[in-house]
Amino acid sequence: MSAVLELHGVSAFYGPVQALREVSLHVNEGEIVTLIGANGAGKSTLMMTIFGQPRARTGEIVYHGENITAVPTFEIARKGIAQSPEGRRIFPRMSVEENLLMGAQVVNYADYAKNLDMVSELFPRLRERFTQRGGTLSGGEQQMLAIARALMSKPRLLLLDEPSLGLAPLVIKQIFGVLRQLNRETGLTVLLVEQNANQALRLAHRGYVLVNGAITLEGTGSELLALPEVRSAYLEGGH
Amino acid sequence: MAYALQLLINGVTLGMIYGLIAVGYTMVYGIIGMINFAHGDVFMIGAFIGLIVLTALTGITSIPLAIAAAFIVAAVLSGVYGFSIERVAYRPLRGSFRLAPLISAIGMSIVLENYVQVTQGALDRAIPPLLPGGVAVMRQHGFVVQLSFMQVAIVVVTLAVLAVFTWIVTKTPLGRAMRAVEQDAKMAALLGIDTNTTISLTFVTGAALAAVAGVMFLLYYGVIGFYIGFNAGIKAFTAAVLGGIGSLPGAVLGGLLIGLIEAFWSGYGPLAYKDAAVYSILAIVLMFLPSGLLGRHEVEKV
Ligand SMILES: Nc1ncnc2c1ncn2[C@@H]1O[C@H](COP(=O)(O)OP(=O)(O)OP(=O)(O)O)[C@@H](O)[C@H]1O
Ligand SMILES: [Mg+2]
Repeated sequence: MSAVLELHGVSAFYGPVQALREVSLHVNEGEIVTLIGANGAGKSTLMMTIFGQPRARTGEIVYHGENITAVPTFEIARKGIAQSPEGRRIFPRMSVEENLLMGAQVVNYADYAKNLDMVSELFPRLRERFTQRGGTLSGGEQQMLAIARALMSKPRLLLLDEPSLGLAPLVIKQIFGVLRQLNRETGLTVLLVEQNANQALRLAHRGYVLVNGAITLEGTGSELLALPEVRSAYLEGGH
Repeated sequence: MAYALQLLINGVTLGMIYGLIAVGYTMVYGIIGMINFAHGDVFMIGAFIGLIVLTALTGITSIPLAIAAAFIVAAVLSGVYGFSIERVAYRPLRGSFRLAPLISAIGMSIVLENYVQVTQGALDRAIPPLLPGGVAVMRQHGFVVQLSFMQVAIVVVTLAVLAVFTWIVTKTPLGRAMRAVEQDAKMAALLGIDTNTTISLTFVTGAALAAVAGVMFLLYYGVIGFYIGFNAGIKAFTAAVLGGIGSLPGAVLGGLLIGLIEAFWSGYGPLAYKDAAVYSILAIVLMFLPSGLLGRHEVEKV
């Protein structure tokens, strides 16, 4: 198994505030890896730091063997990494269709029709709202659009920051099902941030626990699920 | 009635020129949130490039060919000016305090005016009327309403340019990239959009439109000077604000309104207060519609 993504001792700061402390992790080809942690632990920061927003101040980020720590954000995207970011970041004054086109622009609309069919099947609601402006979609619809937009670029590595946020349990189940399916059938590699630790750890091959910007635990999904400290901190009271 | 019709024709012609310049203000404001005060001077430079091309080609080629060449050369070279201005004066200041690029823009405007004054002279420059004649649309009480061929040409060229421009912004990958950077630059970058290049191309496009307006101004009035960018720039800026800064249709609408207000005030009111009338109407509109006529005020989840 070769590593798609490796972080070696990555630290990131917002001004003087340190948000990531010497984070090291890796995601192998064809793996679903999840990152769990409390609010403010630095999960979203880690996802954005992979894209250089903010830049890692120390350490190295390696993608398919290439050091991308200092590569411009847009060029990182062009290497085949896509992200459905925290807060969804739908273009509010573009239609659903245009948002999807924006996702496909980076690969020059390769397989556009095929990918469009795939995401429409995944989220029939988006099909129905094709011409509606992104900013007027409901929160859950925006979340679907953000995931669909990321998928339109046929990523080799997909970063999902809390894809279940604001979605109905049934839709969450469906999304996790699709991730599993894409992963099995196409070998899509996924790095997934989730509050919904139970479901995420069940889906993922491996997971990391982030506390105050540092990785404290790592293991397979079932290993982490079995750990009492994980259960008490991230699962009790959950599903 | 006939007199009013004549004023309408004149106002629409002038409004087209303002509208084309206003589009550049509104595009740049949309994408980087700054007022490019040097934009009026790009319009002026476009007019001078047109003048140089026309003077060089007159007698060598046919007049329509010379005019077409003037438009194209002015648009392309002004695009280079627009690109360079952004690189030199604005990009290094991106991310610094909000007023910094504004001050830099005012400086740029002064530099460009002086540069043209030094290289082209401080005296007005003129060209002979290249497209004389017109048609009498209406006669009433001895007053003849004239629609000159030049006015028709200006309206047709503006509408054609705006149609192409609208197509670029709404339908092409470049246009979508421009709007994406405008709405969320960081997200656009996450999707592989080179935001710096997109911003550069926005400046290039705006400058090319201003140059087209500059050449039309030259053809319409026949006389230009190094100072024309200031007045036209302020009027076009006013048009952009009146229409709702950031809105492209608003810029065109604002330009038309300013042109019409100016024409009608000059026709019926005291000429000296022409500009005062324009700005008073701007103030009144902004009192009731603070985001301009077509500015954004819908509710959005972001
Ligand atoms: N733009 C910013 N400027 C300053 N501090 C920030 C910024 N973004 C995040 N932080 C801080 O960095 C820390 C990590 O934030 P981050 O968003 O990565 O947490 P998270 O694990 O994604 O949390 P959540 O589960 O609530 O989404 C927090 O303390 C947060 O306040
Ligand atoms: Mg987060």
